Parts: sequence; structure tokens; C-alpha cells
Amino acid sequence: MPDLPPKLRNWFAAKGWSLHPHQRAMLERAGDPATLLIAPTGGGKTMAGFLPTLAELGETPPEGLHTLYVSPLKALAADIKRNLRSPVEEIGLPIRIDDRTGDTSQTRKKRQRADPPHILLTTPESLALLTSYEDAERTFSGLKRVVVDEIHALAESKRGDQLMLALARLETLCPGLRRVGLSATVEDPGAMARLLARHPDPCDIVLADPGPDPDIAMLETDELPPWAGGGAAHAIPAVMEQIRRHRTTLIFHNTRAQAEIFFHNLWLANDEGLPIGIHHGSLDRGQRERVEAAMVRGELRAIVCTGSLDLGIDWGDVDLVVQVGAPKNVKRLVQRIGRANHRYNAPSKALLVPANRFEVVECMAALEAVRDHALDGDPRGPGPLDVLCQQILIAACSGPFDADALYDEVRSAGPYAWLSRADFDDCLQFCATGGYALRAYDKWQRLQQRPDGLWQLRDPRSAQRIRMNIGTIQDSDTLKVRMRGRGGKPLGEVEEGFAASLTAGDTFLIGGRIVRYEGLREMTVEVSRDKGRKPKIATFMGTKFATSTQLSARILDLFAQGDWPQLPRHTADWLALQARMSQLPQAGRLLVESFAHDGREHACVYGFAGRNAQQTLGLLLTKRMEELGLAPLGFVASDYATLIWGLEPLADPAPLFDPEALRDGLEGWLAGNAVMKRTFRASATIAGLIERNIPAAQRKTGRQAVFSSDILYDTLAKYDPDHLLLRITRTEAERGLVDFGRIEEMLERIGGRIDHMRLTRITPLAAPLLLEVGKVPVAGQAENRLMAEEAARLMQASGLAALHQAEAERSAPSRG
Amino acid sequence: MNGYDFSLAGVSLVALGTGALWWPDRALLCVSDLHLGKSERIARRGGGTLPPYDTRDTLNRLAADLARSQARTVVCLGDSFDDLDAARALPEEERLWLAKLQAGRRWVWIAGNHDPGPVGLAGTLLTELPVAPLSFRHIARPGASGEVSGHYHPKASIRSRGQTVTRAAFLLDRDRVILPAYGTYTGGLRSNNSALATLMRREALALLTGAEVHAIPMPR
Repeated sequence: MPDLPPKLRNWFAAKGWSLHPHQRAMLERAGDPATLLIAPTGGGKTMAGFLPTLAELGETPPEGLHTLYVSPLKALAADIKRNLRSPVEEIGLPIRIDDRTGDTSQTRKKRQRADPPHILLTTPESLALLTSYEDAERTFSGLKRVVVDEIHALAESKRGDQLMLALARLETLCPGLRRVGLSATVEDPGAMARLLARHPDPCDIVLADPGPDPDIAMLETDELPPWAGGGAAHAIPAVMEQIRRHRTTLIFHNTRAQAEIFFHNLWLANDEGLPIGIHHGSLDRGQRERVEAAMVRGELRAIVCTGSLDLGIDWGDVDLVVQVGAPKNVKRLVQRIGRANHRYNAPSKALLVPANRFEVVECMAALEAVRDHALDGDPRGPGPLDVLCQQILIAACSGPFDADALYDEVRSAGPYAWLSRADFDDCLQFCATGGYALRAYDKWQRLQQRPDGLWQLRDPRSAQRIRMNIGTIQDSDTLKVRMRGRGGKPLGEVEEGFAASLTAGDTFLIGGRIVRYEGLREMTVEVSRDKGRKPKIATFMGTKFATSTQLSARILDLFAQGDWPQLPRHTADWLALQARMSQLPQAGRLLVESFAHDGREHACVYGFAGRNAQQTLGLLLTKRMEELGLAPLGFVASDYATLIWGLEPLADPAPLFDPEALRDGLEGWLAGNAVMKRTFRASATIAGLIERNIPAAQRKTGRQAVFSSDILYDTLAKYDPDHLLLRITRTEAERGLVDFGRIEEMLERIGGRIDHMRLTRITPLAAPLLLEVGKVPVAGQAENRLMAEEAARLMQASGLAALHQAEAERSAPSRG
Repeated sequence: MNGYDFSLAGVSLVALGTGALWWPDRALLCVSDLHLGKSERIARRGGGTLPPYDTRDTLNRLAADLARSQARTVVCLGDSFDDLDAARALPEEERLWLAKLQAGRRWVWIAGNHDPGPVGLAGTLLTELPVAPLSFRHIARPGASGEVSGHYHPKASIRSRGQTVTRAAFLLDRDRVILPAYGTYTGGLRSNNSALATLMRREALALLTGAEVHAIPMPR
């Protein structure tokens, strides 16, 4: 075991600190090629990652970069810089520590490349960018260790795949590099270790003491939860009371919109004027930083937040975590709970607040899962090819490369260990020529093969454009929001679609205040203050997570109990009524109810496949129903069911669930759907076909020059259906927004056992679905009918109809 | 021809759902902003290699409109090519196809801001084409009447029961009609953009293209 520098040892002794067993274990394994540490929040995880570095650098560190630290959040990198610098400075160790993220100034970035610090703290995107420079080899020369913090958060997305490719590149530049991953509790540590290690190197796993079980319960409220919706307004007084009783409360929400609404309601009920803040990813950076600073100073009693506070920034004295809305995912819930009580070996305290009646059941299932230590998670599947395309472009930016060598390098990254040469070559072709069946770009290839066989950028200037578009984070397109007037204060961002739906005078919530939409100026939403107490439009949408497979299965198990002493009376009675009137959905079977309601026929399909899959199922089923002449008009999906309404009753649901037919629907009809187009846009952007950022000098002036990526998708589907990007889009459709994988899993689970209940009226379990937002009208004929109706109404209302009618009569009728 | 019938300066015209304008009495078909060769130009300027099927797709749709209408005259209202080099770089196959479409018809290229000069193809190149009482030009001229123009790529939305449908649109008032862009790789400019809102009269209509043409008061 390497020794800690005496100064550091003395400092530890003076503070009365001793090393945790897992910190000692990390020091002992300092020489291993890869180690994964799994430890709960507050377990001194980050220190465990850095101790070997401090030991190796010692009291007279040599020049050059020694350790690279990668975290998923810029804020976390900045936080670690503070926390690491203060002991190093206190002790007087001559170790230079600096961070480098999207927020770092250009001059500082330049200096870091020429003269790197001993420890550089960064994010996957900034690291990918660093490796794209021609001088990357010099910047990283001498690098010994990489520490990946919160690797569990990165591993769930393409950011992790990109990071592993960047590590493979670093390994080429600095052979013998050692890797350390720091992770919260995960369901499959082995998979995480394989992701981290240089394939096929071994990777030992160090498990820290997980600490005592959390103290977690459902919050009792006087008022009953509503039947549908996610606002949890009924719980405001009870949550307010909890804030009063605790020092600092973190109130987590699943979406930014829900956080905004809850914060607004909380503020209206805050008669004592307790200091309460709001924090989420759409808020302006300045505003977020003010809240973070106030939090660190211990000035806030509560903070309403989203996943933006999920990760390990040390917020000090949090003694209660409140989760509003069903947690959707047990693992995330456990990680959030860990935010309370940052002291090791003290139980964290958490309360769940179901936002509606169904979520009461879901919260109960989640509580049981936490008690059983049953975490959920789906295997990620092989590394996505859009990320690989970006990696090939990054490699080309840093200099000419040999395809064979790059292929070997890529396969040393865990997610790409089993990448076939054919797939690699397709990606390379795509980067070079676009990879189209029609060879159109021989003259304008992006990459060219030189006579010596190496690949390079045809035009070296394109490196700048590639670098500007590095990264895999796919926020939907957003617009900045500002107060009107010169130098108006930036407030945050809203989605482009939301902005397009606003008309002057509309009011909405952002950053906890009500603002009035004034207009759009140079792609900035301008707003003014509004004195109203109720916003006209709730707020922007934000991501919705689907309930995990495990949690869905637990809800079905809970249903099977038959009586529910652990549930609040109102919810137990509701389930009992459903069982009497119809039946409760069961694992291994599919319940389909059909009934007439409000003059329309309804069919409710309890697939328990999660929101995204139920949505896709709605699209596929309505299409099939249209073919069968059932005239569906629309549907709405939740995490557990899809409710479809239309003109004709559903007599036999079985043919609708023929797996072959559904699969054909995905390949054929669904291919033209907006969800597929969004999926395509994300992959096309990552792969470098669509550029999100363009150098200012080359930016077009008119808006009409920009055309939608949907057009590219339609064109490819029509003329080049086997193109790499469409293959990638189909693979992506197995998860994410389309989530076809969970439909297939459901079909397998039910194995054709379908219970059709024909009922005389709407059932207790189906009723809340009618109150859900996000109803989807069936496209095609319905859309055209709606447009015609609305056009006629507008023409009449404006008086233009009469005017143009007279005009038309004066002119001769057309032939044609 | 299926579309929206209207009259401009006493002439009966049809706005087709495809985005083309049809003048039955003259058997004249007018299309605007084809932007042929756009993917080539983007690649040439280092902007990436987009699917190179845009010219083919635009010509496919134009061929269908020509077959249906049996037009004797075709007026391309400018920005027919994404730039002059794109016109010159048109692949042989697409060049021949275009020639086939031109055979037996009068064909007028109006110069646009993207293609201000000769493109080395058959047809007449004009800065504008008067066919009394109408005149065809690329960019609308304030104060003109009986004017058919393009350039702006107008689009408009209908919002109904929480659904918004946005389509390329003709803009129409008693002085002029502005055509939507016909080319496959083209975006749109909302009718409420100040350039369009000041150009068009208060009572202007937007005609949304698609399987059916829907007329609405022009959103401003």
C-alpha cells in the first residue's frame, strides 16, 4: 500500500480522522488497472478515489497531468475542486488542481492545454473535446490515473458510452493508465465494472458498508390525493409542516413543470416566509448558482428540485428528502434518499408524496422494494453506433488515423467490446461520404483516405465545426427566456414547442414566478412580470420517466394480495371496487376492458409497460383498429394503461395483440410517426449529420434557410431505407421514447392470455385515465377533419369567409 | 386540379396542395424556390453530407404535377437552384430528367437571389415575366398588384384542440400571391414574421398545403 505523504497523515491525525475500510482498500489497489468502488452517499467516496493520487504525488510532485477526474456535472467538478483544494492548501502540498468544463474561460482552457495541472477535473464532453485537439498527446503525456465519479449516472446514457471511448483514446496516448470508478448502489456491479475496465482487463469491485437502512415512509395528508394529475397540491400543507419541523428539506420532483407548479403553490402557502428555493436544469445558470450558494451557506430551509440535484454535490445539512410523485424507478429513489443526512452510518430520512390515487399504490410498491433492497435497471445493450460515428470524427480532428488501429482502440472500450468490423466500417463510411446508396459526395467527402492509407479530414477547417458539436446530451431544442427591455434579466429556458404555442398575453411559470409572454425576439422569449396569482398555462413539459419494469411487476403483485391493509383506506376501497366491478390486472395476463361512456366506445388496455411503451402501444393499436373499421378517435397513455376511444365497440381484442402484426406496425406505419422522427433527430445529431451549433460567420440570416430534420428522415426512408442512420433509429426505438422492447416483453409475459371484460360502464381503474393530460387524437383522417373545422371557424369568425366567397363568385370557375 | 380556387386581378387561379400554382386558362404551372442541388452545396461548403436525394425528390413531385396538369408553360419563380455552382454540378441523370420535363413546354426561369444568372439549361432566363394582367417575379415588390412571387418560403399553423399543425402556405391578398417553397430541402418563414406581415394586407389569407388546402386568415 502506498504511503500517504507525512503532511497529509499528520493532517488526518490532527483532525482526528481515520480512513474508512473502503478508502484503505482503494489505496491498497492503487496499482490495479481498474477498480470500481460502490459506496453510499456520504461514505467519503470521492476522497477514496483521490487518496492514491495524493499518495503518489507526494510532497514534491513532478510537473504534468497526473490524474483526470470526470464527473457528470459541471457543478460537481467545481465542488470537488473546492473540497480538494482546501485541505491541499491547508496542508501546504504543492499540488495544482483545476477544473475544465463548458463554463471555463477560453484563456484558462488554452493555458490548461499547454501547462496542465496535476489534477484536472472535467466532464465527459469537455474530455472528448480535449482529445480532439492535435496536441492531445502532449496535454495528456504522463497521465497516470482517471477517476470517474458517479459512474452509475453516466452509465445510463450515451454520455457513458462516449466517456468510455474517450478513455480508450487516452489509453492509446498513455499506455498503462489506471482507472477508478465511483458509484452509488447499483443492481449489477459486474456490468458496471465491465463498462469501466479496458477490455479485456479485469476490474475488481470494492463494496463499502452500505450503512443503515433509510427511514422512509409515505406522507399522510388530511386531504385525499386526486384521481389524476401530478401537481400534488393536496399535499402542500403537510409538506409545509415537514419543512417547519426539519432543518433543510430537499423536495424532489420528476419533471421541471411539476417542480415549478409545486414551488408556486408552496410559496403561496408560505405564510411565515421561510426561505425556500427552486433548482432545475431549465433555470438560468446565474439563478441556479445563487440557490446553490445559499444552500451551501445553510440559508435555505427547503429546496424544490429535479434530477439536477441528484448527484453528489454536498449540500450540507439536509435532514429530510421528500419525493413528490411516484418515484418511477427504485434505484433513483434510493440514490435520492441518500441525499439526506450526509453523515456516514446515520439513516437517511425520506417521505414519499403520491400525487394521485394510482401513485399511492406505486409509492407503496416502491417502499417495499426499498426495504427489500431490490434495485431495478435494464441492461444497456451494446454501444450505440451514433456515438461511435462521433468518435470517428473526433479522432479525425486530432489527426490522421489508421482504420485498423482505431477499430482495435474502440473495441477496448467496454460498451464496444463486441463491435463487428462491418458496423465499424459502416460508421467510417458514414463519416467519410455519408454512406448513401447513391454515391454523391466523392468530391466533397468529409474524410479522405490518403495514399498511405490513413484517414484525414478533407478540409481541416471542418475540425472547428465538429468540435462545436461534440457531446451526446439531447435536450429538446430550447429557447432562452428573458425579461423584456435592454439587458433584460435571463430567467432560463423553455422548449421550442412550448414557445411556439404561446400568444402575447399568455402567462406561465418559470423560476417560481409568473411571467407574461410578450413576444419572440431573435430566438429569445421575452416576458414581463405579471402580478396574477394563477398562471394561464401551467408550464413547459420536461421529460417524463416511465415506471420501471420491476416497479410495474411489484404493483401487479400488490394487486394480487386481494386485500391491502398497508394502503390508505381510500385507495384500498378503490381497488376493491375495481375487483368487484371488473377485475384487477394480473401478472402473466392482459386485462382489456371495453365499455361505452359519454356517447363513445372505450377500450382500456392494462399493459403495465411504462408510459412510453403504452404510448407506442396506443399508436399501434389505434392503427390496427382503424384497419378493422373500429373508427378510433384518440387515446391517452399512462404508466400502466392505454385508454382508446372511438365509434365502434371492441368485440375481440385478441387479434390486436398479434406480435407479428405489432412488429409490422413498428416497421411500417410507426416509422412515419413523430416519435420516430425525434429519435432519428437525436441520433443524426450525435452522429454528426445535423449540426446544432454552427460558427457565427457561417450562420444563415433567414429562418427559412433552416429546414426540419423530419424532412431528412422522410427522404432517407423513401430513397435509402437501409441507411445506417435508419438502422440506428430502429435500434433506438427498442428503448427510450418508443420503448418497443417493453411491448415485446409484455407480449411475452402475457403469452396470449387476454381477459376481455365487456362492461356496462366505466371502471374505477379506467376512470382516472380520462382526466390525464396528453390525449392523442388519431392522425390521418381525423387530423384533416380537425384542420377543416378550425379553418372554417376562423374564416367565419374573421368575416373573411363572406369576403372571399363574393370574390370567388365574381371569377370564373376553374377547370383543371 | 384539386386545390383552392381564387382570383387575382380577375384571373382564376388554383393553389395546389403540392405548393404549385395553376393557371387553367393559360395551362401555366408556377413553382417557386426549388433549391435544386441544395445537398451538394451544403457539402461543398463543409456543412456535412445530407442525404443526396433532394433534387430527385423535388423533380419527382414536379413531374407528378406536370403529368396531372398537362401544363404548356412552366414558370420557376427563382431560387430554382441553391446556387449557380449547384446548377452546374447537377448530376447527368438529373440534368437529363429535367430536360425531359422541359420537352414540348415553354419553360421560364426567373432569376432569384440564389441563382441570379444563367444556369446552362434550356429555357428562358428572365428577371421577371409579365403575363397580363399578372407579373411573375422572385421577390414581392411593395405597391405592386397582380403579382405572383416566392422567396419567403411562407408557412403557417392551425391550432385546434391543443394540436398544432404547421404547413408550407400560400399567402394571398387582393394584390398578390406569395408561393410556398416547392423544394424538398426547404424550411419556412412564419407568416407572422414582420417582413410578411407588413407586405400583406390585413384581410390576407394563408392557404395551408397538404392533401387538402385549408384557407385561414393569415396569422400575424
